[in-house]
Amino acid sequence: MGSDLLRANGMTGGYGGADILKGVDLAVEAGEIVAIIGPNGAGKSTAMKAVFGLVRLREGEIRFRGEDIGACQPDELVRKGMAYVPQERSIFPSLTVHENLEMGAFIRRDDFSHVIDLVYNLFPPLKDKRRQQAGELSGGQRQMVAFGRALMTEPALLLLDEPTAGLSPVYMREIFERVIAVNETGVGILMVEQNARQALKIAHRGYVLATGENIFTDSGDALLANPEVAESFLGGHGNQADRGGTHA
Amino acid sequence: MIDFVNQYLIPALVLGGIYALGAIGVSMIYAILRFAHFAHGDLMATGAYIGLLVVWVLDATPLAELSVNVRLLIGLPAAFAGTAAVAILIDRLFYRPFRRARSMIVVVIASFGVALMLRSLVQLFFGVDVINYADGIQFPLKMFQPLRILERHIYIVVVTIALMLILHWFLTRTRTGKAMRAMSDDADLARVSGIDTERVVIWTWILGAGLVAVAGVFLGMDTRLVPTMGWDLLLPVFAAAILGGLGQPYGAIAGGLIIGAMEELSTYPWVGDGPLVPPDYKTAVAFAVMVLMLIFRPRGIFRGRVL
Repeated sequence: MGSDLLRANGMTGGYGGADILKGVDLAVEAGEIVAIIGPNGAGKSTAMKAVFGLVRLREGEIRFRGEDIGACQPDELVRKGMAYVPQERSIFPSLTVHENLEMGAFIRRDDFSHVIDLVYNLFPPLKDKRRQQAGELSGGQRQMVAFGRALMTEPALLLLDEPTAGLSPVYMREIFERVIAVNETGVGILMVEQNARQALKIAHRGYVLATGENIFTDSGDALLANPEVAESFLGGHGNQADRGGTHA
Repeated sequence: MIDFVNQYLIPALVLGGIYALGAIGVSMIYAILRFAHFAHGDLMATGAYIGLLVVWVLDATPLAELSVNVRLLIGLPAAFAGTAAVAILIDRLFYRPFRRARSMIVVVIASFGVALMLRSLVQLFFGVDVINYADGIQFPLKMFQPLRILERHIYIVVVTIALMLILHWFLTRTRTGKAMRAMSDDADLARVSGIDTERVVIWTWILGAGLVAVAGVFLGMDTRLVPTMGWDLLLPVFAAAILGGLGQPYGAIAGGLIIGAMEELSTYPWVGDGPLVPPDYKTAVAFAVMVLMLIFRPRGIFRGRVL
């Protein structure tokens, strides 16, 4: 248990009506990339939001670095070392790229210029556009801003809700490469992905959710190799889910 | 031509500046707290009457020698701070509980109630009659002939410009100012980024209420004090905020100046001898602009939010 970054057991709850999550378990160990995949309506994003205190659970326990965080508000979790990139509306459109990054570092009172340099190194296109309003950027570059904003607190665990949704294959690969690069600096990553095959390729472990329950849990490679998973959740070979990765 | 400048253009600039100072608050409160703040006009009156208190207090000191306009300038910080404190208190007592319950329409109605309360308090303490900051006629300054500029108009325009420059500096250079713009862009994202949104809310009230209090003092300087003075200005101030685009502070400034100019200039005898619009009806110009904007361009000239 010592290397556990995040451990959520039996998460049950939703937005007030019927339960969307019916006893979901999730775990991220230090330095891991973990992907949550599954069909629409499986509760993937809801599970991630529950981890980040955006969905109140009826039952279940969430521990972050061993500490019970079930009652924590998002801003407390940011201070404890978590960061979250929502799927939509993940940037401040009227702020410049640079100001977006500064807002990511709002809780920091120390000098964070080295982190800004790090983000610009990770995403070179942002450096040239740092005085531009983030809302004017392309979809892929916006995602870079959102990603960079979340890195500003130098989190131990980064939650990414469909980071490649709506992006072209080129940008999708770029974002996944950056996910790996960030992970190599020791940041644990939990991501929800529709591009399941590509996500599992870079993930150390994966969770397959359906109708609010865990269906499969295994290493990324094992899930890719599992015929049942491929049949039901990866859509077989050569179809839409795979298109982005065929050139990789 | 010079009469046009003296009698229409300068008053248009003064009125526009007053509207702009009010519209900034309406616009930012709408963007950050997500409701139309109908007590904003009465906060303006609150500021104007705090200015009156300062004039009275200074009457008992050696500073009574100074002209009433200068005494009011000295009183501006008190009006700014006092009204901001009132606004923060009101937010705690009447708005925040409903905001927590996520019922924004109730907050709007609550702000109507607060408007009535503030006006009643002003009436209770200062009576219902018209009060002037100072009696007597003020003569225009001679130094700018043939421009006939009143001393108070110079103060109003200079202080308004200075406040807008400070606001610009605050919003673009300080951490809290940037956080205000961020929360106005997306309050949920601001929260998940770790921005201290409660602090941003307090600063929104400090700026919004403080600036409208200054507008109140200026309005009182330029006209007179009556308890309904703020309520009467609510319509043009909202028109200015909508014209500029809700949530866009620079839009609110532009909107204020445009509405002020349109109201004043609509009374110029453009056609024939009489005023184009009788002065008593000039508020109708603001109303017409607001209705037309809401129908044809609800996001305003600076692409703000939809009311």
